[in-house]
Amino acid sequence: MQPFEQIVTDHGPMVLRVCRAVLGPQDAEDAWSETFVSAMKAYPDLPSDANVEAWLVTIAHRKAIDVARAAARRPAPVEELPERPSRTGRPEDWDGDLWRALKALPARQRQAVAYHYLAGLPYKEIAALYGGSTDAARRAAADGIKTLRTTYPGPTDHPAPTEQRGVAR
Amino acid sequence: MTASVPQTGRLFAALPDQDAPAMARLHERLVDRAQREGILDVAYRTLDTPVGSLLLAGTGQGLVKVAYAVQDHDAVLRQLADSVSPRILHAPARLDEASRQIEEYFAGRRTRFDLPLDWRLSKGFRREVLRHLRDIGYGRTESYAQVAAAAGSPRAVRAVGTACATNPLPVVVPCHRVVRSDGSAGGYAGGADAKHILLTLEGAA
Repeated sequence: MQPFEQIVTDHGPMVLRVCRAVLGPQDAEDAWSETFVSAMKAYPDLPSDANVEAWLVTIAHRKAIDVARAAARRPAPVEELPERPSRTGRPEDWDGDLWRALKALPARQRQAVAYHYLAGLPYKEIAALYGGSTDAARRAAADGIKTLRTTYPGPTDHPAPTEQRGVAR
Repeated sequence: MTASVPQTGRLFAALPDQDAPAMARLHERLVDRAQREGILDVAYRTLDTPVGSLLLAGTGQGLVKVAYAVQDHDAVLRQLADSVSPRILHAPARLDEASRQIEEYFAGRRTRFDLPLDWRLSKGFRREVLRHLRDIGYGRTESYAQVAAAAGSPRAVRAVGTACATNPLPVVVPCHRVVRSDGSAGGYAGGADAKHILLTLEGAA
């Protein structure tokens, strides 16, 4: 069996991307931590032929729901991200525009997009995660991507210097 | 894995594939949590020494494994996952005391180790042999035959050789102090050079 450290090294970055896409920068790291603590507890019993990525995404899906609920109960969460997207490369500063666009999607679409396009999960497994049909999962991901392409032009389409971006909005 | 992920151009370029500072922070947090929840079964680190990089691994009971680079640290970690527990994390702080003592030893400032040891990777006669090795003092050597006699089985010279070769805790449990009857060093898990370096350090070669 692989040491758990190897699982963290191999899949930790993917799970972080998924958590960030599903929960946004504020809560992603809490969800990541809960996911890996839970995974580490269960790891010795994981069948040797298990799909580790799908297993981790399944745990992350549940933990993200818990973390989002806990965040909703918090009295006054930090309302918005800093206005200007930072170029410092610090994770809490990753492009606020992308998160705003993701956040505007229905939860199912956001999840389907993250699990399929960031984690590489087949639609069948995404459907199993929340009990819908494979077609519904495929549609949710397709609709999500379609919306994103219109609401989030992407970093390359924004060649304007940082100063102007803040003003433009 | 990335090969199976469908292409979306640069749509998610703002979400970095690799975010090293975040991963370092999250890893540290995982080690803390795992420690507090009692699920960090094996902690490990590597330590640079005159005999190369040593892998040190510990359980809640003590130091369980020391491995030379020639033994392939990745392979050793996989063996630990199978034989002890796969709940293994890189957690250097848990091995601070062992690291300090090993560094003192290589600096010539320590002649015996005072560390809790977890003997679980050694069984039966081999364990008896290894326990006896701790009685061979710094700078002294014994032959395989002498060790066999001391362990109560004078004819088990070959088994003593096997016990030394499979010592899970080299350096700390001094199998390097066991040499051939003709005075030549004999084999060593860390390689002949490593054995020579240790014996020279101790003034026994």
